[in-house]
Amino acid sequence: MAHVLTGEDRPKILDKVQQQNMPRPDLVENHRDFHWITEKICNPLEGPAPRWWWVSFIITSGVALFTFIGLTYLVSTGIGVWGLENPINWGWAIVNFVFWIGIGHAGTLISAILCLLKQKWRTSINRPAEAMTIFAVMCAGLFPLFHIGRIWFFWWLFPIPTANRIWPNFRSPLEWDVFAVSTYFTVSLLFWYMGMLPDLATIRDRAKTLHAKRPWRKYFYGIMSMGWRGSNRHWSNYEMAYLLLAGLATPLVLSVHTVVSFDFAVAVLPGWHTTIFPPYFVAGAIFSGFAMVLTLMLPVRAVCGLHDLITMHHIENMCKITLATGSMVGFGYSMEFFIAWYSGNPYEGFTFINRALGQYAWAYYIMITCNVISPQLFWFRRIRRNVALVWIITLVVNVGMWFERFVIVVTSLANDFLPSSWGYFSPTVVDIFTFFGTFGFFGALFLLFLRFIPMMAIAEIKAVTPQGDPHHPEHRKND
Amino acid sequence: MSAKENNYGLIAEFKSVSGVVEASKKIRDEGYQEWDVLTPFPIHGLDEAMGLKRSKVPYFTFFGGLMGTTIATLMIWFMNAYDYPIIVGGKPFFSPIYPFPVIYELTILLAAFGTFFGMFITNKLPMHHHPVFEHNGFSRATDDHFWIVVECADPLFELEKTKKLLTDVGGIQITLLENK
Repeated sequence: MAHVLTGEDRPKILDKVQQQNMPRPDLVENHRDFHWITEKICNPLEGPAPRWWWVSFIITSGVALFTFIGLTYLVSTGIGVWGLENPINWGWAIVNFVFWIGIGHAGTLISAILCLLKQKWRTSINRPAEAMTIFAVMCAGLFPLFHIGRIWFFWWLFPIPTANRIWPNFRSPLEWDVFAVSTYFTVSLLFWYMGMLPDLATIRDRAKTLHAKRPWRKYFYGIMSMGWRGSNRHWSNYEMAYLLLAGLATPLVLSVHTVVSFDFAVAVLPGWHTTIFPPYFVAGAIFSGFAMVLTLMLPVRAVCGLHDLITMHHIENMCKITLATGSMVGFGYSMEFFIAWYSGNPYEGFTFINRALGQYAWAYYIMITCNVISPQLFWFRRIRRNVALVWIITLVVNVGMWFERFVIVVTSLANDFLPSSWGYFSPTVVDIFTFFGTFGFFGALFLLFLRFIPMMAIAEIKAVTPQGDPHHPEHRKND
Repeated sequence: MSAKENNYGLIAEFKSVSGVVEASKKIRDEGYQEWDVLTPFPIHGLDEAMGLKRSKVPYFTFFGGLMGTTIATLMIWFMNAYDYPIIVGGKPFFSPIYPFPVIYELTILLAAFGTFFGMFITNKLPMHHHPVFEHNGFSRATDDHFWIVVECADPLFELEKTKKLLTDVGGIQITLLENK
């Protein structure tokens, strides 16, 4: 309790100070009731699939075939079909891996870190963001798996007894990465599934009456919802478990890209061997992840008419996080330059001058334009509230983040210590096919998600509405 | 006494959040133990209103995390220092430092599994058959209405008295649930 000044001690100015009236924006607009929220979120997966869904699904599945073709050709021929050669043995495969893993960061960030920070606005975007995380990690996982060359021995990555009698080397950052990424995937999946348990029960209870002719729905959602009956004794344990998972996922989400950055930072290559990598990779990952959430959710919001659930307030908040993390990434770029000069290491200095002025300068400037300059537009409220422009900027950010990984991976490898071993990397058609197809794979999975799983956390959204809070002043009024 | 043997309990409907919270406080104060509130979403403050104790899930989390740290440390020591030691980069065969990321990840992984299964164990789920599912209005318990169920198993349960209590606290459509 603050000490209240009275009488002569009280400064005169205090009388003039007025409390600002800044009400928090509603998280669900137009005073929608609980049943409206249920209907709005359940309808897209209960009605027949709309035409836009089929068109998008066919297109994305078609695009996904490119990955299938690319990888089939690679497995049947050899790893050389990718544009990998000395000195650049980590080409697009690793660029794409880091790119997709980065995108996968927003989901757990929204569900875990924003949960701990009590950011209630996360409730309408956490489910799609978590879905996106899981699908992005699946896309990411493809690249290192196939990059090992003999995909049929992928299980040698795990500590499983093999005929060689040898075990994985736990001193290697690449082995740490196996654990970091697979743990991240598993924990994200558990978190996602546990979060949707009450909502699956909602679908189950609606299926009994709505889809009496299609009993598979009742059984499918019935089994998936584990007999959830909304008991408050259950909610009590559930809320505790959710909080604990959020607490566990928070250090996890920060560690995943940290470990990914160790793949680079532990090497002695100039441009990689820096201590700034972990924080700067994590900031970049959150940056690209939020951009991807916006890229996906803005069209879904428009098509499914979710304007009351994903309000301008939500979009503005996401833009602000994109701006903050984008600026951190920009700071990371400038710090790398500063340290390259300040360290006095000629190789380090050369690498950074070479990035900005050398053979890959074009990629470097795409990166700077997309990642450092474009998010700065989010300082302006008018731009943050212009949905079309926000969507375009998020696309630009995604392009920029891919180029960031390209710059990091390829420039350092192409021009290292010995000029006699310098090279220039060009992707092959197989590289391009494989990467292009992952967007289709990702999109097709996301569309399936929209059709089969409640796309927003119904229960959580209801809990943050004014009528869902017994302590809300509006509620008292009605009683 | 036949009401107690054949039936599961009395279920009463409530239409507002504050209504169900206030009703819960009264039922708690009456001293009932075997009763429950069915809600479509977690209601802030209902745990206190019901007089629930703190959840036991954190014990499962802690146990899972402890298992993760132990298993990871022993596994790495066994594989890299005992069963097949190889010299890599002049580093020691075993040290808690170099494999720290792996120990860290496995701790989180098993703690997360502990939490996940802990939630199911403490809640006695999956349970696909339950008397409340047979109630006609139940589907609204996952949509927009709230229910209080007082079980016949409660020592204080007496059909008429409990029914009156539920009416007094504002419950409507009070129904006796059969124990199928």
